[in-house]
Amino acid sequence: MSIDKALSGTGSWLDDRLHGAKGLRTFFRKIFPDHWTFLLGEIALYSFIILLLTGTFLALFFKPSMTEVVYHGSYIKLDGVHMSEAYASTLNISFDVRGGLLMRQIHHWAADLFVAAILAHMLRIFFTGAYRKPREINWLIGLVLFTLSLLEGLFGYSLPDDLLSGAGLRITQGVLQSIPIVGTYLSFFLFGGQYPGTDIIPRLYILHVLLIPGLFMALIGAHLFIMFHQKHTQMPGKGRTNQNVVGAPMYPYFMAKTGAFFFFTFAVLALAATFAQINPVWLYGPYNPLAISAGSQPDFYMGFLEGALRIMPPWQWVVFGHTFAFNVFIPALLPLGGIMTAAALWPFLEQWITGDKNEHHVNDRPRNAPTRTALGMAAVSFYGVLWAEGANDVLAQHFNVPLYTITWIARFAVFLVPIFTYIITKRICLGLQRKDLHLIQHGVETGIVRQLPSGGFIEETRPLDEEELAALGRPVALALPSGEGGAEAEVPAPDMRGGLGRVKARLNKIVNESVPIDEHGANGHGANGHGANGHGANGHSATAEDHAAVSSGSDDEG
Amino acid sequence: MSDSTHGQGPGEPEEGSLPGAQGETGEESQGRHRVIGTPSPAESRLLLAETAGGSAPGLPAAKPRTLPADPQDMAGAKRAEKIVAACFILAMLAGFGFIASYVIFQVHSVTNVLHSNLALGTCMGLAFLLLGVGATIWVRRLMPYVELTEMRHPMRSEPENREAFADTFKEGADTSQFVKRPILRRTLIAATVPVAVAPIVLLRDLGPLPRESLDHTVWRKGMRLLNYGANTPIRPGDFSSPGGMITVVPDGFQNDFNALAKAACIIIKFAPGQVVYTDHDYPVPNLTVKNWTVDNIVCYSKICTHVGCPAALYEETTHHILCPCHQSTFDATRGAKVIFGPATRPLPQLPMTVDAEGYLVARSDFTEPVGPSFWERGNSS
Amino acid sequence: MSSRRRHPLAPYAVVVGGLLLTGIGYAAVTAAGDASASPARITQSAQIAQGHAIFLEECATCHGQFAQGTPGVAPSLIGVGAAAVDFQTSTGRMPAKEPSAENDRKPPELNPQEIAAVAAYIESLGGGPTIPTSAQVSQRGANPGFGQQLFVADCAQCHNFDGAGGALTYGKFAPPLTKSTPTQIFEAMLTGPEAMPVFNNTTITPQEKRDIIAYIVQTRQEPNPGGFSLGRIGPVTEGLVAFLGLLLAMVFAAMWITAKHRKIPNE
Repeated sequence: MSIDKALSGTGSWLDDRLHGAKGLRTFFRKIFPDHWTFLLGEIALYSFIILLLTGTFLALFFKPSMTEVVYHGSYIKLDGVHMSEAYASTLNISFDVRGGLLMRQIHHWAADLFVAAILAHMLRIFFTGAYRKPREINWLIGLVLFTLSLLEGLFGYSLPDDLLSGAGLRITQGVLQSIPIVGTYLSFFLFGGQYPGTDIIPRLYILHVLLIPGLFMALIGAHLFIMFHQKHTQMPGKGRTNQNVVGAPMYPYFMAKTGAFFFFTFAVLALAATFAQINPVWLYGPYNPLAISAGSQPDFYMGFLEGALRIMPPWQWVVFGHTFAFNVFIPALLPLGGIMTAAALWPFLEQWITGDKNEHHVNDRPRNAPTRTALGMAAVSFYGVLWAEGANDVLAQHFNVPLYTITWIARFAVFLVPIFTYIITKRICLGLQRKDLHLIQHGVETGIVRQLPSGGFIEETRPLDEEELAALGRPVALALPSGEGGAEAEVPAPDMRGGLGRVKARLNKIVNESVPIDEHGANGHGANGHGANGHGANGHSATAEDHAAVSSGSDDEG
Repeated sequence: MSDSTHGQGPGEPEEGSLPGAQGETGEESQGRHRVIGTPSPAESRLLLAETAGGSAPGLPAAKPRTLPADPQDMAGAKRAEKIVAACFILAMLAGFGFIASYVIFQVHSVTNVLHSNLALGTCMGLAFLLLGVGATIWVRRLMPYVELTEMRHPMRSEPENREAFADTFKEGADTSQFVKRPILRRTLIAATVPVAVAPIVLLRDLGPLPRESLDHTVWRKGMRLLNYGANTPIRPGDFSSPGGMITVVPDGFQNDFNALAKAACIIIKFAPGQVVYTDHDYPVPNLTVKNWTVDNIVCYSKICTHVGCPAALYEETTHHILCPCHQSTFDATRGAKVIFGPATRPLPQLPMTVDAEGYLVARSDFTEPVGPSFWERGNSS
Repeated sequence: MSSRRRHPLAPYAVVVGGLLLTGIGYAAVTAAGDASASPARITQSAQIAQGHAIFLEECATCHGQFAQGTPGVAPSLIGVGAAAVDFQTSTGRMPAKEPSAENDRKPPELNPQEIAAVAAYIESLGGGPTIPTSAQVSQRGANPGFGQQLFVADCAQCHNFDGAGGALTYGKFAPPLTKSTPTQIFEAMLTGPEAMPVFNNTTITPQEKRDIIAYIVQTRQEPNPGGFSLGRIGPVTEGLVAFLGLLLAMVFAAMWITAKHRKIPNE
């Protein structure tokens, strides 16, 4: 019997029962566009699968119990030490189960890669505008997934009950306890009484292995289904429009590629787990509430929260016998809450500002949306400053800078660096747009130098071909519904009146700031000069007068 | 354009076995960025498309292909095939190597684990790496390059479908009587509220209520301070070197983590004149209570008032106590007042004296709650 | 023996000399070879005199001619004991080139014999902790598990969980313990160099110090079963590796997989 017969036989059998032929054929012929950044989310997906696989293995040996035992295992240095069963079983996995250490390390590296890939994926989505209509729902699901990944990671690395993660748990408890009104209760309910108690590890365990992974699977399922249903976005290119999707079919191309990518993910994690030691809990020792190590750090994805706690000045109010521990709950809740809220609202805010209710399936190149890119980079730099401050003691030690100096720098940098990043990013974007414009208007340098009759030399250029031109993409500037003459029309459209309307008009100008890519672009219509002078960044001076004045002064720059 | 179509590679081993049944002359001139119709006369070897003698039932006999059957660069594909096969063979060997390593390398010591991890991980990593490399070369070099275009449709449903759905929905709502009979609707909603709240109620027994428990520690009058570790009581004479610092725990609770999480302390021995004292019997800002010290030995809570890490980096030269978690810094000579960092309150001082046998003991519990702030804490009393 | 007696202090000199010589590493062992021929020849007073000479040359600029110290620059050395001298000079921290927040470990400038001489001189000024004997720092029979408990309670907060060191306030640092000899660790606990608190023999007994030393030494000698150690400083380097190693490797893989196919020779 040939393989075809077997396949078609099985296929028929299944189709008789499931009626799958038509749907599956559509599935097979689904077109996926190719771009390396489109695989960032897949890194997270495959890390997640590897986390499930390795996590299941670990769960076969791990004992989520805080019962005290005296260790007499293979790690003889800790012989006779009192520790929780959770810690002892982690030592057991590391030293007495063949492949146990490898699985532990793959699991931990996969967790790090999972969050890193989610971050990278989120940034890709943001910077290319792939969250725009109709993909807002998936953007929101992604934000929830990101938040869950932080929790899942925190709970996971707390499970071994070692000294380092115990410090993290202690901080978590301190933060929880500081929340006004309900904090003490939350802490007592989570820990089953006073810290540390004997309930927290089993409770975190069930959240870590069941509840959150279950939520993950449901949300990842929804995330993928929606992505699939809406068809993937594509980068600008020849023949790529908002009405089509250009690429290779799911079967066999995408399946083969994504399969290969899964293998790569597993390979990278396995090799990392072989050659780079991660979370050596045997060195940290078992948890003990009166012990602490210098340089105690959380895993990298909690670093920015740690940094926020570290830069906070000692502010606290006591009002009517109640304590507002601003020094704790503000840094713990505000940066993450602020970034996530802003990220969740941004797609809708942008729609409101631009009045753009169209579907977008062709991504923006980041330079073609300078304001968005600049905002994103500002957020990244904000995160980055807090993250670095979260390691201030390690930085102090290894770069020989006094500890307090770093903290003081960070206290200012956390506000100033995002502002500078915004301004600089915007200027870089506009500069890159000008470079594109130059390419469009003057073509590509060919390297052929020719002598002019007058004696001068000139390098020959050739115009961009169709493909190159399309790949540049275009900034989409959307005027508001404001009648003739743009936002400064005499009779504004109804929703442009009043204070809110004026705010909207100003924001619109900022958001739409771009070098217009048309044949006359270099003449410097407002937006051009505006950006070149960096005025748009502060968002206040965008009146018509100074607008015009600025643009006339900047022609030479364009 | 002939490159985007292809004849059979001359040396293809399976060529002869392939039925040409479904070959048809497609339109090849659409260019490689368009839907490619390929006129391959041969059946491709792509898995499911492969048919035996065209006899597979259910497959339509002749339809225009949209995917080419063979790669554009046949010579390159031939080389690539060998490379891919080599990758897969090596991956297989690495896989066997993994199993062999599992059998060969035992664990139960640090060095053994090192070898075992190295062998297992290398084999596993290589196996997956080679699979990935092989699959990537396969898809890039052996599968013909195609670029297809699929049309998108607006996500918004057609108006008639939306209307039809709205009608259906309304119809159902009417039929269900949900709209017409408000009493049903309201009682149903009323019924679900307590049911929805029930799971939250169930969580109540997760832990006891805090009550006053955060205000106190296990320290009591006359309880000895034990040198943590050896758990021996301390005479001031034993702790006589200025600049000394040691972790102490309450006698009887040296292994009780719940007690220690609040009651752990450090004692510091100062040279005469280093500490700035108050003569009051209660804490005064920026001052250390003299009556609570013994012979220039001062006892502070080890639990940071920020979020509860053990604050124990004592610098003998500056008399700073630094918390390694968030760098709150306390001046041990001045009642452990905060001199840097996010902590808002000094480390509480434990009232101390000596008992009849000359050992350091607590005079009482701390006079204020130790550790991080909490809502009910108020002004520390 | 009695017929060869030349000085009433000679027996003490033998004892002191022996203690010093065994305590200061293998270089001292070589010296002991010579000394065995005439162990009593180095009299204590001669050694003290030599130490005094070295002191005046190397140390007195900061610590004062009579080791009384210079306020704000260098502490008094009266009563700090031989252990402090041995620690400071054998780790190369002293003689320091200039006063600073933190003196780093350097190759020692004085040779073991000179160190012994200076130590004897300082000890003669006012006693103080003595250099531990080799038996006191021997790890035979020590309990590293108990040492671990003590280490995390009283040492790790500054020196990190495996002795990698850490930052303190105002540019000071708790040094890494990667190169410290057992004798030096013992002496550091005993004398509390620089910002370090003192852990005298009645608060942490010599036996407990041995346990702590055993834990430190075994930990740093222990191979890293999981691969390269990444500095053993915890998640900071792990995070860097996750981004710069793992994520970047995956990005390269993604770029390869999705790279434009090589141009098909067309038309």
